[in-house]
Order: sequence, then structure tokens, then C-alpha cells
Amino acid sequence: MNDVIGLSLVFIGVGFFLAGSIGLLRLPDLLSRLHALTKADNLGLGLLALGLGILAGDWLIGLKLFLIWLLVMGAGAAAAHLIAGQALRREDSR
Amino acid sequence: MIIDAWLLLDLILALLVLALGWASLASPDLKRGVTLFIAFGMLLALIWARLRAPDLALAEAVIGAGLTGALLLSALRDDPGLERPGGPGRDGSGWWLGLLTLALAGVMGWALTHALVWHPNSGQAQAIAAALPESGVSNPVTAVLLNFRAYDTFLELAVLLVAVLGILALGPARPAYRPAGPVLAGLSRWLLPLLVVTAGYLLWVGAHAPGGAFQAGALLAAAAVLLRLAGQADAGLPGPAARRWLLVAGVAAFIAVGLAGLLGSGAFLQYPAGWAGSLILLIESAATLSIAVTLALAFIGGRQSEIPVSPVEKESTPC
Repeated sequence: MNDVIGLSLVFIGVGFFLAGSIGLLRLPDLLSRLHALTKADNLGLGLLALGLGILAGDWLIGLKLFLIWLLVMGAGAAAAHLIAGQALRREDSR
Repeated sequence: MIIDAWLLLDLILALLVLALGWASLASPDLKRGVTLFIAFGMLLALIWARLRAPDLALAEAVIGAGLTGALLLSALRDDPGLERPGGPGRDGSGWWLGLLTLALAGVMGWALTHALVWHPNSGQAQAIAAALPESGVSNPVTAVLLNFRAYDTFLELAVLLVAVLGILALGPARPAYRPAGPVLAGLSRWLLPLLVVTAGYLLWVGAHAPGGAFQAGALLAAAAVLLRLAGQADAGLPGPAARRWLLVAGVAAFIAVGLAGLLGSGAFLQYPAGWAGSLILLIESAATLSIAVTLALAFIGGRQSEIPVSPVEKESTPC
């Protein structure tokens, strides 16, 4: 049962990464591309970590995956903010 | 079935690393080339992990992708108008260069085939495993680096020291970044303690699991780079005198332990019985600090006495 739940979560997470990658390639401008990317980073990785934690069946591994997810979310959000701010400033000076 | 899935993954990784390497070299835009190089380094770390070489994977991720990427980006910032120099072939020397590269690739390919096909198990691994109990550590990689082949690591640190002395002699330091906004400042406040603690963990765990001085030092240097990007001109490094001592600490510890071994047991870097573990930890701690200061100073670049403190109007991030 746990395997089914874990695997489904991993597959949904991978789906988010796939959608994010397609969005990164296909969306027209930088801000909407960033938007697509952050979905994969936050939700996709979160589902992946949750699914892998359930598959591992060990709360210590699950805790580590959860902390990794927090770290990536913090860094990803800050990086997206910096890139977006930079793009806006460049637009202003144009 | 499982083996086939892994083989498929490995094939994809191998093809991807070739494609990324080529794209990074062939990109006409240098900034894009550097970005692709960082991705190339991360992929290489994944491949080392797949080859069950976690020590190398860690080192590749932190030094190869992380710090080398930061160094390349800061070099691009020095001269934003930098163009890719005319490729080989335009001035006639490219023909020889291509031939030389091909010959080098041929020799390396021959050596690899030789090692894989004719000497798949030359007994090195067994010899190391047999001698491991007397090495003072239980991680075979650390045992080789700091005990069996400590001389190589000593010379590696000396090469790093000479390289950073060259960088310091090249001219004034790079201008500092302007103070970062609240987001980057907040992130660095949040990440710095984590980086320092993780570096200490990697140094300590190196004795019996993947980790060690190079990975720990590179993580500390990453903390310094983060501070510098957030606008702190001295990147959190101590004053000039302390910096010099920290720069030579690794080589000095090696020489001190080596000479003590020479006096005690008659051979350079021969650890006295029962002391190997503590001496390795001593050397690794000093080497960690040296490597951290070396990489951080390479990122700042130039003579340290005259770091400009005034915030200059440059981009606060290199991306």
C-alpha cells in the first residue's frame, strides 16, 4: 500500500517537473518562465521528497528529504526573486 | 529488469554529459558557456555518485561546479565585454592543437582500456583494505589521501598555495558588490550557519565516511563567496596577518608532522604507531582552513591590503 502511495506521489512530482521544463522552454517571457520553474522546484520536489520518504519507510530519511526540500525552496525562491528583480531593473533602465 | 533501467539511466547521463560539455565549449556567448559548464559539473557529480564514488561526487559538486563556476562568473564580471577568442584554426595553429588533443585523447583511451580490460583488479583495492586498520581512519579514500599517499596531498596543498600567491600578485582586488537587498541578505543569514556546520561535519566525518578537508574547505569558501555577493567586502575573512597564517596553515601542518616523523621514526610523514588518527585530523583541520581561505581569496582576487570598501555601482549578483 505504501509503495503505491509513494510511487504515485513520485510520478505526480515528476509530472510537475515535466510541466515546468516544458514551460521553461515554451513560455514567451522571463517572468512567466520563472513562474513555471518555481512550480517544479516547490511542489514537484516536495511531492518527490514525500513520495521517496514513504518509499524509504524510514522517518529519519524522510526528515532529511524534508529538510532538503526546505533548503531548495528557500534558495529557489531567493534566486527567482533576484532574477526577476534584475529583469525589472533592466526594463526600467531601457 | 532493474539492471536494464539503471543501464538506461547511465546511458542518458553519459550522452548528456558529452552534449553539455560540447555545448559549453561551443557556445558563442561566454556567459551561456559558463552556465552550461556549471550544469556540466553538477551532472558529473551525479555520474560520480552513480559510480559509487561519493567522495569525488561531493568534491566535484562543491569545487568543480560551485566554486569554479563562481570564479568563472566573477572573471566574466571583470570584463563583461569579453568575447570568445578566435577559435583554433583561424591563425594556423589550430591544426597542431587538434592533432595534439586527439593524440592525448588516444593515449587516455588506451590507458583506460588497458586498466579495464587487462588489469581489472590489480590488487590495489585489496592492498588498501588490508592496510586500512593501521591507517588511523576507516574511510579508505581518506586513508589513501592522508596516510598512504600523504606526500601527494602535501604537494597538492603546496600547488594550491603557489596558485593563490600568483592570484594575489596579479593586481588590486576586485571591487566589492553593493550591499544586497533584504532577500539575499536574509538568505545568507539563514544559509551561513548551515554552511559552517556542514563544513565541520564533513571534516569530522571524513575519517570514516565520504568527506574530508577539500569538501569542507570548499563549503567554507562557499560561505565566504555568499557573504561577498551579499555585499561584505572582506567576505567574512579575518585581517591580513591572520589570513597569511591561515593560507599556509595546511602546508605548515604537513611539514611539521612530516619533520616530526623524520626525527621520530626516520621517514618523512611516517606517523608514529597509534597517533595516525589524531595527526590526520590535525592536518585535515589545518588544510580545511587553508583551502577555504585560498578559494575565498581566489574569488576576491588581487592584493588584499587594498580591498575597496566603498560600494560600487555594479550588479549585486553575477547572474
